[in-house]
Amino acid sequence: MTLEIKNVSYQYEEKGRQILDHFSLSIDSRERVGLEAPSGFGKTTLCKLLSGYLEPDEGEILLDGRPLSSYKGYCPVQMIWQQPEFAVNPRLRMKEVILEGDQVEERIVRELGIEDDWMRRFPGELSGGELQRFSIARALGKRTCFLLADEISTMLDLITQSQIWDFLLRETEQREIGLVAVSHDRELLDRICTRVVRLS
Amino acid sequence: MKVPVLKIEHMNISFTQYDRGMRQVELPTIRDLNVEVHEGEIVAVVGSSGSGKSLLAHGVMGVLPYNASMGGKIVYRGEELTADRIARLRGNEIVLVPQSLSYLNPFAKVGYQIRKGRKDAQTRQRLDDIFKRYDLKKEVEDLYPFELSGGMNRRVLIATAMIENPRLVIADEPTPGLDLKVAKRAMRHFRELADMGAAVLIITHDLELALETVDRIAVFYAGTTIEEAGVGDFEKEETLRHPYTKALWRAMPKNGFQFIPGSQPYVKNMPEGCPFMPRCGQCTEACRGQIPYKEIRGGRVRCLYAE
Amino acid sequence: MKMGNRRIRVLAGLGFSLTFLAVVCIWGSLSTETARVTDFSRVNIPPCLRYPFGTDWLGRDMLARTLKGLSMSIWIGILSAAVSAAVALVLGITSATMGKAADSVISFLIDLIMGVPHILLLILISVALGKGLRGVIIGVSLTHWPSLARLIRAEVIQLRESPYIQIARRLGKGRWYIAGKHMLPHLIPQFIVGLVLLFPHAILHESSVTFLGFGLSTEQPAIGIVLSEAMKYLVTGKWWLALFPGLLLVFTVVMFYVMGESLRKLLDPNSVHQ
Repeated sequence: MTLEIKNVSYQYEEKGRQILDHFSLSIDSRERVGLEAPSGFGKTTLCKLLSGYLEPDEGEILLDGRPLSSYKGYCPVQMIWQQPEFAVNPRLRMKEVILEGDQVEERIVRELGIEDDWMRRFPGELSGGELQRFSIARALGKRTCFLLADEISTMLDLITQSQIWDFLLRETEQREIGLVAVSHDRELLDRICTRVVRLS
Repeated sequence: MKVPVLKIEHMNISFTQYDRGMRQVELPTIRDLNVEVHEGEIVAVVGSSGSGKSLLAHGVMGVLPYNASMGGKIVYRGEELTADRIARLRGNEIVLVPQSLSYLNPFAKVGYQIRKGRKDAQTRQRLDDIFKRYDLKKEVEDLYPFELSGGMNRRVLIATAMIENPRLVIADEPTPGLDLKVAKRAMRHFRELADMGAAVLIITHDLELALETVDRIAVFYAGTTIEEAGVGDFEKEETLRHPYTKALWRAMPKNGFQFIPGSQPYVKNMPEGCPFMPRCGQCTEACRGQIPYKEIRGGRVRCLYAE
Repeated sequence: MKMGNRRIRVLAGLGFSLTFLAVVCIWGSLSTETARVTDFSRVNIPPCLRYPFGTDWLGRDMLARTLKGLSMSIWIGILSAAVSAAVALVLGITSATMGKAADSVISFLIDLIMGVPHILLLILISVALGKGLRGVIIGVSLTHWPSLARLIRAEVIQLRESPYIQIARRLGKGRWYIAGKHMLPHLIPQFIVGLVLLFPHAILHESSVTFLGFGLSTEQPAIGIVLSEAMKYLVTGKWWLALFPGLLLVFTVVMFYVMGESLRKLLDPNSVHQ
């Protein structure tokens, strides 16, 4: 499978800043692509375009040759957000978060180091690293083909960061899920990606 | 050795929360935390996000939330920092640089905010000096925060702290989500404060950034400080003292990106004795008891087997 | 530092206000007959042990009349507050989810109604519908929804943009799932508190309109009627006719506030651990 970005331009509403100007990139589902960009480049916007949260002003985003917007229901391109605190509903218990995903396997939950005790808690009772494990598990449902990681480990401690990436590398390799990792951390991208694209 | 500017001994902070129904439970979020900062020095307290380390800053400043209570001893320049004393010193001798830019008043011009409304010649002169030092143009004084970029606003936040000529600066996560280049630039401003004689305590999750910009690091784990080490100790694994710090070191991308399994224990099921015990390879029966915070090789560590 | 268990205190307040309102309602409903009985052998008795609130110029027991009037006002309040809150919920959600046109129409309505003093609009509606019970209930219902509608609209708009709802959409979840699973848990507490805090307004406005003579007819022993009739006798020194019913009305309204505030404290995550 391939995820293609063809000549995409995007600008914030009205007189906003031009984030992308005729940008193109093609990603295979057996690859792990790192996108390196400085703060304020619009990395999150790029991720949102790639996973269908936003529509490009110009150009198209194709998954297997079909426009991403033509996939109804579950989106095969899933994004993991930078701040897990906002990515879960503060009024739902954590087990509900997992249930929202597309039949997330028990194995994934276990390998991410999610403990049974955490399932019964509310998001306010977990640390950032623990919450991020949940949002990763939720994004790894059965129909996921591409995974976008938007600075998912910048706010976490180093051990959690390396635990999470170790799992993601094994999982995406085994299921042939394409991975796009966005970060400002060159050393990290060099470690985890098969190809790094520098944006500026 | 000179008297430290700030010395925190056995700090405890706990929250009262409601369990199901009427039952109240105490959550000891910070337990037996020790750290000290000297004049001209930057110390970073490094711990993972959501682990309660911001409370340390709020505890020192005396601005804890209503359902928190604090124990232990905070000594400022040789004298205990009581509630009355912090209320007097807060905002002039002791300043907090908050985490979020939303602490700036959106309806006040930048210059007015930094001067805190004062108009005397001396304050104006100081403001000019600070602006020159931080590369802020004179015109910026008459702008509102929304007219400035994020980086400039961050400088403005630090400038509001500097105008007072503080002796102690506490910064809570001053570089959230900034890339290394921008973050380092922000950290340079703290170095300048330290060079002017202030003691700086920075609370952050970013060990790699801290290693490049501060003098000493206190590692925060499960609500307590488990090691205090000079930045130089982080060059090799062997010079570190605590098994958790060593594990952190090995987890850095440039040092092998290895990890140990497990995660930090939750406040409600904290083990007796050493909090790192469940994840530690060297632990023994003795680790279930009291673990003293002892001095080794110019640093401090909370581990029975550290050498 | 000892804090004491605030939650117990809040719950006690809630329990007390609920009991008080229930007692007034039930007692009031039971004294329908007593309230109506006229007895010229006991006219104008000041408060005494037998008649704690005294009697009026027709020899009616003021305690029974007050309770009857209050219970009636409470029922009217509950009914119109419920209708008002339902209107607010529907319009608030519609305005936040059904696109720009619906939003501008509803926002205009909200501004319009909030721009006119409640009591004036209420009088107009009540008179237009021929006064009486129906007029008052419809009038109160139609004038009290805007503030709650605005609150719900703002909440839904904010929720709609929150990351976890955007994520749920990309996970293929439908409108109904998102509304039920993600939005309701946030809206229900707001809605219940808003509803309870509408009661006192509804009761006060109902009694004011009736007091001014644009509401319920004089045969019905509503608290507004009791008070307005008492006014005529106040100058002749029959102070008890207005004092006790007035005090009790104020107390009832305060009790509803206590109830609403207690609920807010218990349901609002920002103060839940106080």
